Amino acid sequence: MNLIFEIGKEGRGLSLLPKCDVPETSLPENMKRQTKLHLPELSENEISRHYTKLAQRTHGVNNGFYPLGSCTMKYNPKVNEYAASLKGFTRLHPLQEEKYAQGALEVMQMTENSLSEILGMDAFTLQPAAGAHGEFTGLLLIKSYHTDRGDTRRTKIIVPDSAHGTNPASAAMCGYEVVSIPSAEDGCVDLDALRDAVGEDTAGLMLTNPNTVGLFDKNILEITKIVHEAGGLCYYDGANLNAVMGQARPGDMGFDCVHVNLHKTFSTPHGGGGPGSGPVGCKAFLADFLPGARVTGTPEEGLRFEAAPKSMGLVKEFYGNFLVVVKALSYILTLGKEGIPEASANAVLNANYMRVKLSEKYEMAYDTTCMHEFVMDLAELKHRTGVSALDVAKGLLDYGIHPPTMYFPLIVHEALMVEPCETEPREVMDEAVNALLELYDMAEKDPEYLHGAPHKAVIGRPDELGAARNPVVRYTFED
Amino acid sequence: MALLFSKTHEWVNMIDDTTATIGISDYAQNELGGLVFVNLPEEGDDIVMGDAFADVESVKAVSDIYSPVTGTVAEINEELLDAPEMINDAPYDAWFVKVENITETEELMTEEEYKAFCEAEQA
Repeated sequence: MNLIFEIGKEGRGLSLLPKCDVPETSLPENMKRQTKLHLPELSENEISRHYTKLAQRTHGVNNGFYPLGSCTMKYNPKVNEYAASLKGFTRLHPLQEEKYAQGALEVMQMTENSLSEILGMDAFTLQPAAGAHGEFTGLLLIKSYHTDRGDTRRTKIIVPDSAHGTNPASAAMCGYEVVSIPSAEDGCVDLDALRDAVGEDTAGLMLTNPNTVGLFDKNILEITKIVHEAGGLCYYDGANLNAVMGQARPGDMGFDCVHVNLHKTFSTPHGGGGPGSGPVGCKAFLADFLPGARVTGTPEEGLRFEAAPKSMGLVKEFYGNFLVVVKALSYILTLGKEGIPEASANAVLNANYMRVKLSEKYEMAYDTTCMHEFVMDLAELKHRTGVSALDVAKGLLDYGIHPPTMYFPLIVHEALMVEPCETEPREVMDEAVNALLELYDMAEKDPEYLHGAPHKAVIGRPDELGAARNPVVRYTFED
Repeated sequence: MALLFSKTHEWVNMIDDTTATIGISDYAQNELGGLVFVNLPEEGDDIVMGDAFADVESVKAVSDIYSPVTGTVAEINEELLDAPEMINDAPYDAWFVKVENITETEELMTEEEYKAFCEAEQA
């Protein structure tokens, strides 16, 4: 397919500029560009067709099943988009005087309060732009707390080996040394390894619960107690909150601070580059260190911004990705107190429904009731037939289904991690289960066929290796 | 020169009692898949038995490479930095580092033993 630079003709355009109604002036010679400005020159219908063609070559949650789940592609209700497109929000300037932006301040306050209630926290900042940025901010809270007490010996952050790769990266960004602890046989935190790892140099622990293999750590209270007794703080990575929102609260599990991904759990889009939003919440004793301007007061008396007394400063300009916050609040208010726990319950029910049906053939990495996602281990299948998790994932494309997460978590070698989400009807999940069972049979019958899959998709197997080794990230013009 | 192997899939080629080159096995490169990036230590770095001294990145993931010996890095294979595919193409020629002043070596396997070890790991 041609790129947008390769279609169209010189002089073709989409719209005409209105007549100039101000005096013309010219730029000094040295400020004029010396090379040709390569803008695509296309008519409106050419542009429209180009992007329609591109859209037809991709697969989104609007095309069909997309079992990457809330981690990547939870369904985004259209009402969120409506709320975020209201002119009162879109035309607001970040430097608008507070008295003219009371509605926006109220949105921020309501969101902070709702998130505090759902997470069991006391205060929130909406500044962080996405998940890893939230992790970074959360760790800065921990660091501010220890530094404020004059306790500078605490230089280590403990991270289980099943963690998202961003956890150790964020800790390193904060200047911490990362201590990785192995998971126990059951995929959860190894308590003895944790006891051995904590000490006077422990700044904190980063944990995702349910964890990356989709299991709720039953020892969670013991885990946070061990860290607290050593003088460290506990950070909750909210990546998997979709399984427990409205059911269990990180604050009650003993966590001191958290980040949530509005663009995952609270149904704002983040495919195609976002923007995301990763608010960070904390218990009252950490609130003084929160970044940025925080909303105080009441709507009746007037809302205003105020920085926390020992604020770490800004982690992003202004108020974070505000329109994403509007979408998330719209989702929270639409679902309400009854809908939010119903969503997480259905997410878990759907995952278990698929897990049990797929257990007929596929080996589960952890053969137990899961939360919102489950991990299949295809190592045995690969050893026996040569068909890998990648081959099965590619095979799914021929059924019009987007593959689930593959090769994550790293502690399961031939992993396929399925997260159907709460919004999928049973028939859609049945179809996906049947496709996966057929692919399993195909692996045994004709492994070669699957090595070549997909056979019907518009794009076969892109050369991932070539793309990683020799990336071409810029279009080169002939002149 | 017979290669020796570690349980974490590195090979060791002992040049003399205290000098060796280290790389990763064919089994390891096959499991990792096509490599796109490699991170090596610097000459003069001390490396410690059982600790990571390098990492490799495949399309799937970044993986640590563990040192089967304690010693000092005498030389690194700079060619790998620009052409990590050499590790996939010829794993036993693609040495990562040459280590000298080796004071400690973990219990290593012969090629035969290592082959059996890999088969057991796959089953």
